[in-house]
Amino acid sequence: MTDKPLTRNITIGEPTDLSAYEASGGYQAIRSTIGKLSAADVLDMVKDSNLRGRGGAGFPTGMKWSFVPMDKTPDGPKGHKYLVCNADEMEPGAFKDRLILEHDPHQLIEGMILSAYTIDADIGYIFIRGEYHTAAKRLRDAIMEAKLKGYLGENILGTGYSFELYLHSSAGRYICGEETALLNSLEGKRAIPRAKPPFPQVSGLWGRPTIVNNVETLCNITHIVAFGADWFKSLGLGDDSGTKLFGVSGRVKNPGCWELPMGTPIREILEDHAGGMQDGYELKGFLPGGASTDFLLPEHLDLAMDYDTIMKAGSRMGTGTMIILDDKTCPVAMVRNLEMFFARESCGFCTPCREGLPWIYNILDDIENGRGRPEDIEILERQGAFIGAIGNTHCAHAPGAIEPLSSALKFFAEEFNQHIEEQRCPYSHASGPKSGRTH
Amino acid sequence: MTNITVDGRLLEVDDSDNLLQVLLGLGEDLPYFCWHPELGSVGACRQCAVVQYMNEDDKRGRVVMSCMTAITEGAIFSVQGEKASNFRTSVIENLMLNHPHDCPVCEEGGECHLQDMTIMAGHRDRQYRHLKTTFRNQYLGPFIGHEMNRCITCYRCVRYYQDYAGGDDLSAFASRDRIYFGRSADGVLENEFAGNLVEVCPTGVFTDKILSAHYTRKWDLQSAPAVCTGCSLGCNITVSERYGQLRRIHNRYNGEVNGYFLCDRGRFGAEYVNSDDRIPYCGIRNTDGIYEANSAKNTLVHVGALLRDAKTIIGIGSPRASLEANFVLRTLVGEDNFYSGLSGPEAEIGSLLLSVLKSNIKTPSLAQVEDFDAILILGEDTTNHAPRLALSLRQAVRNEAKNLARDARIPLWADAAVRKLAQDARSPMFILTSSDDRLDDVGIPSRLNPDDIALAGFSIAEAINSHAANDDADNDSRINIASIVEALTNASKPLIVTGSSSSSPEIVKAAINVANALAKHNDNTGLIICTDEANTLAVVSLGEKSLPEAGAAADVAIVLENDLFQRFADAAMEDWLEHVTNLIVIDSLDNSLSSRSDVVLPAATFAEAQGTYINNEGRAQRSFGAFKPKGDIAPSWDWLLRLCHGQDLLQDVQHIDELLRTIAEILPELALIVNAAPDAGFRDHGQKIARMTHRQSGRTAMLADVSVHEPKQPEDDNSALTYSMEGANQAAPGSLRAFTWSPGWNSNQSINKFQDEISGHLQDGDPGIKLFTGSSAVAHFVSDKSGPGSGNIRIRVVPRWHIFGSDELSNKSQAIRSLAPSPYALLNPNTAENLNVQTGDALKLDSGDAPSLPVSIEDNVPDGCVICPVLETTRAYLHLSDGVLSKDDDWTAPDGQEDVIVSDRRP
Repeated sequence: MTDKPLTRNITIGEPTDLSAYEASGGYQAIRSTIGKLSAADVLDMVKDSNLRGRGGAGFPTGMKWSFVPMDKTPDGPKGHKYLVCNADEMEPGAFKDRLILEHDPHQLIEGMILSAYTIDADIGYIFIRGEYHTAAKRLRDAIMEAKLKGYLGENILGTGYSFELYLHSSAGRYICGEETALLNSLEGKRAIPRAKPPFPQVSGLWGRPTIVNNVETLCNITHIVAFGADWFKSLGLGDDSGTKLFGVSGRVKNPGCWELPMGTPIREILEDHAGGMQDGYELKGFLPGGASTDFLLPEHLDLAMDYDTIMKAGSRMGTGTMIILDDKTCPVAMVRNLEMFFARESCGFCTPCREGLPWIYNILDDIENGRGRPEDIEILERQGAFIGAIGNTHCAHAPGAIEPLSSALKFFAEEFNQHIEEQRCPYSHASGPKSGRTH
Repeated sequence: MTNITVDGRLLEVDDSDNLLQVLLGLGEDLPYFCWHPELGSVGACRQCAVVQYMNEDDKRGRVVMSCMTAITEGAIFSVQGEKASNFRTSVIENLMLNHPHDCPVCEEGGECHLQDMTIMAGHRDRQYRHLKTTFRNQYLGPFIGHEMNRCITCYRCVRYYQDYAGGDDLSAFASRDRIYFGRSADGVLENEFAGNLVEVCPTGVFTDKILSAHYTRKWDLQSAPAVCTGCSLGCNITVSERYGQLRRIHNRYNGEVNGYFLCDRGRFGAEYVNSDDRIPYCGIRNTDGIYEANSAKNTLVHVGALLRDAKTIIGIGSPRASLEANFVLRTLVGEDNFYSGLSGPEAEIGSLLLSVLKSNIKTPSLAQVEDFDAILILGEDTTNHAPRLALSLRQAVRNEAKNLARDARIPLWADAAVRKLAQDARSPMFILTSSDDRLDDVGIPSRLNPDDIALAGFSIAEAINSHAANDDADNDSRINIASIVEALTNASKPLIVTGSSSSSPEIVKAAINVANALAKHNDNTGLIICTDEANTLAVVSLGEKSLPEAGAAADVAIVLENDLFQRFADAAMEDWLEHVTNLIVIDSLDNSLSSRSDVVLPAATFAEAQGTYINNEGRAQRSFGAFKPKGDIAPSWDWLLRLCHGQDLLQDVQHIDELLRTIAEILPELALIVNAAPDAGFRDHGQKIARMTHRQSGRTAMLADVSVHEPKQPEDDNSALTYSMEGANQAAPGSLRAFTWSPGWNSNQSINKFQDEISGHLQDGDPGIKLFTGSSAVAHFVSDKSGPGSGNIRIRVVPRWHIFGSDELSNKSQAIRSLAPSPYALLNPNTAENLNVQTGDALKLDSGDAPSLPVSIEDNVPDGCVICPVLETTRAYLHLSDGVLSKDDDWTAPDGQEDVIVSDRRP
């Protein structure tokens, strides 16, 4: 047993190879599960563990899996079910999955085999961010190792269960991280999110039942199966189970990524692990869960990092990778940069996102460069409300994009007004980003 | 039926539709872009948002897209509420950020869905002050203009083009606010139904180049409800005119026939109406052999004298002329002296079709085709010969997808979801043709020569009848008879499609046998037989003889709208003409026959004349002209009526309605034609129906350069339509609807307001009337061949139709002509060896006068076939099943001849 199951094998440098992974108890969970426990037993374990998706939305994993139809479908190519690992970690400030992908690829593979067994999938894909070259190489090596050892492929360890695993490198769009856009991209189609329902569990990849899970989520399965649901629940400090990979970026002394109990107070992550603010910088605010979450303020530092607590505070835990805003950085410029990213990464399918985000970016760019107008704040608020609500847009991309903006307008209203009144940025950005359109 | 509440009103509605469709069906105004009745919902534009409440206590509600919202019992919606309407205003505001606002110079202006929806959604003041996105436009061919800057990114174009029409050369490129809809490089859009983009696009990205070339606003067009004469399907069109010129063809919705879509030949092929080749006035050849223009009166006197003095008068009708004209001609010359003017195979296939329509075998409408779940195509190249049918067949194969969706409880309107679920699952469609078919991508193709197609058909019929596949037929590796039989017998609605495109009555007989065999066990069996031309069926019902026998002399021969040189070989024509003393031609365009005539009478085209057409489904439809023809040009039936003085039967017939009643009386089986459309006495609240919109500007000044005194508008005594903006302009019956308009809906999408349900029938019934009903059994045919592969392989000429190039009239339209193929002879290496030809050689059809066809060798051409395009120059020779083919030793490839590389040419 360990209190850091996800990172116990990780030492920065070379990845854990198969023998090292096996030596630490790796692939034992497969031997003890496949052919010995029924898929329904494993599903119950995952449900009991109260594991919630680590990709950002925090949806209960067991419940997600339970929607997969388990009746035996006719053989042949029409009969496939798919497990897809979402390793398209592309949001600004997020780098937690990379830690596992690069350093302990077998942990993911074992988690995927167990997960696939649970939903009776016969084919798996790891959809990895295009820029993760090192991770892709190490995963490819690991898949080959696992295959040679009989952990993957036809008739795994003689149990009669077969699971093929493929690695697919993304061509590089942030929207591919949205699970249904990911599926379209995997099919070779434009990376446009699909309307739900139908959910991928019913009609996913090539119209077949499909589960898409985040890297960290799938890795947790191995440990839940190995050590039990109760152990997993005991890892969390509050209501949420397990550990979480937390990250901090920005002007802190020790930016990085750590596996900590779910529910660890923000202050502990920021001060104990990230080493606190760099000298001469004060904390002004932070995005607790990555670029697409609402700003929180220093007054929120004592909140526990778990899904519900952060939600109640008006933000989201997202991927658990916070971005720190310091007092020497212009919040308008920061939000402008974020909106440039989101506008650029819109898939272009629905109107509010495609047209609305570039407009927001253009206004923010004007404000930051001394061309703001008094009515701009009202337009930003109106556009934010228009784009920001889930359901107003085709997927969650634009609502996510609005979270840092709407909270910044609320918390940093003075700075916005000052920019407009003084027709300049009050922060000195000698080397700050130049003005420009999104394209 | 399900109860829902909308803005406090309790409504009982159909729960198989989405909310948008339900509301539009109820006549509500709710703006939308990406949804299209035929394309379903994807939820891209977000324009049709409404607010849904969880229950009566929920006062906030949440924004939902009505197109993506299913109807559930007790659901509560607000359409008019502030939250919903504010959201819709924001959507249109954002949609318009990058729009160039170039309405004054945009072809779509005045009938633009984007304009209509912008007004409807209430966006007015623009706050966006930043740069707009701009794009480079593409050349997309002779039909369609491209102006990407106007795009609002609704995705309708690619969804229509790729998903609905099966095209693959128009795509969405790039992403974010740089989405580009176009081709990977400039070039002609390849799909035969690309023209519908003009109407599918809600704004002016894809525009009609024919209209643009001499542009007129919709509100300044004078229009009429017409029937396309491009093939045998009888699609409904709106034909529009200004300043005496045809300006454009638009789709005219008919819930049973063409629905929302036309083929490109129908849409862009009517330019010939404005052709310089039009025959402008009457002509009489003088004693020196020179034509002299003459007045209508003198010419009629001259012809009257000829007729009076003649002992033998014969009349040759036309499959492209109206039923009325053919009938009057038949009456004028007498039944015994009337000939259909069809080539042999076409006449025979026409008669077979007539017998099927009078039998218990059902012929479905194009709309009904989409419900069939197993299809067998025998020798019919639908895309090129009866194009709109191919589009319906492409939808029919989606029945399997719909079944899967029903099983998965995915609503059928959720277009993207249904397509994702089904992937490439399709209902079976077996395509037995001699040439590659445009439907091959969604069908199960087999390439056979026409003899083998017929034999396969007979084998299939036999196997169905005997409940066992014939072993001999099964030995043929090219085709799996058993699987076809299994698919057809297991289908809930099997459909057989055949026609005259292979010029083989034998194939049609085989198809009838298959349908007959299936119909014994399945009442839902359908059979479609396509003929070559718009009114083949009308002329076939008037006479069985196609042309006088060789050597038969005539003092006067009257030929109605029929260039016989395109149907009969030159030698046969010369032989016939030699025995005709006076040839009278009634036609609209100068052609090989009219130039040989002694008298020519200028006929009005469909765009200027009223007439009845009977399509291949036996549906009689009335077509009305948009404008009065110039000078003495008159409808053919009018010329012929004027020649009928002293002719008992038509003595007192002055009016076309009297003529129609006479036809109904004389030919009881066509009696229903009088009901095809309201007669000239029809009035809507006491008013005739306006051909011009009530916003027509400048009508009173149109001729001011000639005279400042406004002339009286011409009267139209023959129909209930007026040449004016005065009259009823909105709610005319479908068969009299000159244009589609409803307050706030200036585009063709206003048709929503006139359907009984969205995408359903028109409120007053779809135009036209099916003439034939029968319960008699159809004949059983016996194959005239012994079996595949038996005996010598006969080398035969196989006609191949081309949507652009094979139709006589549309060929006179410049844009169509530019896409027509050059002559070719396509054959496989075996056949080439047999005929001792190779690439770089040419083949000659028949003897003497036929054109030479450059040889092109392809492996997948069936043995024994020499495939030749149906063109003006070749058509007459292609139906000669005993036609002789020989190498043309005199031929040398012209310089720059395509498809011939230098090394292929022998020294």
